[in-house]
Amino acid sequence: MVPLSWYLALSAVLFTIGVAGVLIQRNAIVLFMCIELMLNSVNLTLVAFSRFLGDVTGQLFVFIVMVVAAAEAAVGLAIIIALFRTRETLNVDEADLLKL
Amino acid sequence: MEQFAQIQVSHLFFLAFASLAVVAAFNVILQRNPIYSAIGLIVVMCSLAGLFLTLSAEFIAAIQIIVYAGAIMVLFVFVIMLLNIREEDAKADRQKYLKFLAVPLFLALIGVVMAALKTIGNPAASPNVPGTVENVAEGMFTNYLLPFEATSVLILMAIVGSMFLARRESAEDTNEIETALNAANQPTAVEESSEEEVHA
Amino acid sequence: MLKWITLAPLIGAVINGLFGKRLGEKVVGAIACGSVAVSAVLAFLSFSQLTHATPDANGVRRVTEHFFTWISVGNFQADFAYLLDPLSGIYILFITGVGLLIHIYAVGYMHGDPGFYRFFAYLNLFMFMMLTLVLGDNLLLLFVGWEGVGLCSYLLIGFFTKWNVAGDASKKAFIVNRIGDFGFMIATFLVFTTFGTISFVTKNIGGHEVASFLTQVSAPTIAAGGVLTAIALLLFVGATGKSAQIPLFVWLPDAMAGPTPVSALIHAATMVTAGVYLTARCSAVVVKSPTAMTVIAIIGAATAIFAATIGLAQNDIKKVLAYSTVSQLGYMFLACGVGAFAAGIFHVMTHAFFKALLFLGAGSVIHGAHDEQDMRKMGGFRKYMPFTFGTMFVGWLAISGFPPLSGFFSKDEILWKTWSTEALPTVAGFPLSKILWGIAALTALLTAIYMTRMMVMTFWGEERFGKSHGDDHGHASHGHDDHGHGHGKPHESGWLMVGPLVVLAVLSLVGGFVGVPAAMGGANHFEHFLEPVIAHAQPHGVAHAPAAGDAHGAAPAEQHAATTADPAAKVEEHHDTTTELALAGFSILLGLIGIGVGFAVFGKNPLKPMPKLLEDKYRIDELYDATVVHPIETVSREGLWKIVDVKIIDGVVNGAAKLFGGISGVLRYTQTGFARNYAAVILVGAIAIIGYFGYIALR
Repeated sequence: MVPLSWYLALSAVLFTIGVAGVLIQRNAIVLFMCIELMLNSVNLTLVAFSRFLGDVTGQLFVFIVMVVAAAEAAVGLAIIIALFRTRETLNVDEADLLKL
Repeated sequence: MEQFAQIQVSHLFFLAFASLAVVAAFNVILQRNPIYSAIGLIVVMCSLAGLFLTLSAEFIAAIQIIVYAGAIMVLFVFVIMLLNIREEDAKADRQKYLKFLAVPLFLALIGVVMAALKTIGNPAASPNVPGTVENVAEGMFTNYLLPFEATSVLILMAIVGSMFLARRESAEDTNEIETALNAANQPTAVEESSEEEVHA
Repeated sequence: MLKWITLAPLIGAVINGLFGKRLGEKVVGAIACGSVAVSAVLAFLSFSQLTHATPDANGVRRVTEHFFTWISVGNFQADFAYLLDPLSGIYILFITGVGLLIHIYAVGYMHGDPGFYRFFAYLNLFMFMMLTLVLGDNLLLLFVGWEGVGLCSYLLIGFFTKWNVAGDASKKAFIVNRIGDFGFMIATFLVFTTFGTISFVTKNIGGHEVASFLTQVSAPTIAAGGVLTAIALLLFVGATGKSAQIPLFVWLPDAMAGPTPVSALIHAATMVTAGVYLTARCSAVVVKSPTAMTVIAIIGAATAIFAATIGLAQNDIKKVLAYSTVSQLGYMFLACGVGAFAAGIFHVMTHAFFKALLFLGAGSVIHGAHDEQDMRKMGGFRKYMPFTFGTMFVGWLAISGFPPLSGFFSKDEILWKTWSTEALPTVAGFPLSKILWGIAALTALLTAIYMTRMMVMTFWGEERFGKSHGDDHGHASHGHDDHGHGHGKPHESGWLMVGPLVVLAVLSLVGGFVGVPAAMGGANHFEHFLEPVIAHAQPHGVAHAPAAGDAHGAAPAEQHAATTADPAAKVEEHHDTTTELALAGFSILLGLIGIGVGFAVFGKNPLKPMPKLLEDKYRIDELYDATVVHPIETVSREGLWKIVDVKIIDGVVNGAAKLFGGISGVLRYTQTGFARNYAAVILVGAIAIIGYFGYIALR
């Protein structure tokens, strides 16, 4: 049996990679994909715990997370499209109207 | 050779999928072309589905492939193609320092989490295998019915929202918005602004 | 009734001040003079009431009236209450009488001035303040009047607002007065802490009767010297400010920049005598301090001769009279210093008559000479202004001590008391009193000389008006508009101005007869009238001798028992009539010599120049400027303004603002608007928190 900590370690690595991606990337869509990556790593953690504790609740949680991720992806991409229409660029650094 | 006797097939499966996922994840963040990043993400998802299978979560694995890899990533790819994004321009990055900051933060976060993981230890796996469709359905439609229904409302909102946000503004929309703004500035009763019209 | 004496002029002032502009000159003048007339009538009635009042246990007659309770805090009580006793009675008589005459005069003098109503409002306000000063029954109310007359003096000196000279002079007067007031206030505090009351009469404080501090201080158990010296000297500091003694006399000559009726009323007859009033009122304290008496006597004599020498060299007719006032005030303080308070008050009264007369006459001269004040441009006026000449002639003789005018009796009394007092110490083997007598006699000679010079330059000799001289003083025109003729012949003034002059001349002639001393066959009513309210000085060196016969309020019974040895200790009852008459004759001789010298020297040569040092008033003003005014100015400008105000205070205030501006200038860089920065910050925070918990979990 694969020990629990391996799964958790993998999940941590994936999560961290997603975070680094958020910091590095300037393209809005790729930024979004990194966020999806983070969500996936969390899913992995939940399933791993569900297996090791013998409770199905973890997997239900994953189900809900997936639904939310789907909805969020849809709306987020719609926003990016609308943004792209006005700005002609996907560079998140261009959206800096809130600076002082 | 005894160490190798300890190695089981499940370990090998895990290592295979895990390394595939990590490499693809790096691919996601480091590629210039967004299509390549999307493909990388799909690979991550598929390898995660494999990992779910090693954890006996067959329903979730199936859902992962169908929903994530099959719908969400397709959506991503469609949007990328719709917006016709090329390779990103080599404009000067205004936040250059973040590139250099990412690596130490990366290592710091990994270090911290690994340190935290030491406290967990290695519990034994439970003998029950909870990942079957019946188990999931049983839990979902009895104890967790309300969240399930809530998610359907959520999806409805997402549909409506994304349709509204992403539509092209037509001329009548512009006029409506202008009249709505003028009405709102009057001190008289606010007339109802016209609702969004659902484009076919 | 007492309060109406003070309130009538106040009402006049309020009406004139608020509505005067619309009422026109005649109405304003009528209201002003009328209110003072009411006050005068009431003053006479009160005085007669006083003379018929029954004396209390110590022979003091008094009439008191309570207006309202002003301050009553713990043991401290100060009321708006009035006290009419012989001392204040005499004062209100001549204040209202002379004041009324001057008001009438001023109606004529200020005719045509656009600030007519304002002038009379201030003048009436002054009368209110002065009457409050003399009628007040405690030190605080007296101080209210004291400050009030200072204020009115400021307003009236600076009446011609277009002239910088007037503005500067009024500020100088106020500021110098203020220095004296500081001494007065500290004295009041000391009185309160030492005696527990500042009232001149017995008061009911907190349920029990507290005797006046004047009574308390006369008790034989109070030792002389110590805090009493401090109180007496501090009160005298206040008096030097208000009554223009050395070193605070410098404001009085400059105050001549005000209109002449102001100079007559305030700076001759009434305000400047407030210091003498204070000293006489607090005589019980002063006599208990031989040091203070010596100081007062010396300063009085020094001021007298100092000012007389300066007056000898002045060319402005009002300046001569101003220095003369300072000199005569010195005489009054000399009298107080040797213990002859009654003589001092007598001289106050007669001085009010003849000095007011001289000032008003000078005003008439100036008016008639078309606002020319420089005596070098006058001469031969007696043909043109006979009434003015006649009345000023009387004043001149009075001030020179020519018998039997009033000035002779009062000045002679002071000289005699100075010679014969035993209250002063000996200095280097010579009795101080005789030295001071010598100084006073010399001053009398100088007085006669400079007054004669003034009269000669103005009324006799060749007519110098209309010729231009090299050195033109700028005092030519005041706020008066001209009368339509330029420098023509001088003319006599109208009846509004000459009438009061005549009345004052009569008073100067006969006013002295109330105080003819016993040696000359008179009954000296004045001194006996004042006797109960004024303390008797002790012979110098007799520390603890009880003050016999002196009474304010309820004296303890043991005082009466202790009056054994003391009729002989009373300084006033010296029966050396021969010396007195001899000295009187000597003063008459001095007066005549002075007049003779004046005619001899100045009759031939009216324009004989006097030593420059005297004309420059010994450069005292310049000395004060250099030692006091400029250092203060420099410290204020360089130190307080440039350093404390600009650098420190503004620095702190502006610095606080800049600090916050700086902080926000730095902090605003966190709001970059870039989402990735925010994400980075969140990440760093997350690492920190996870690390913290992990660290705790791992320990």
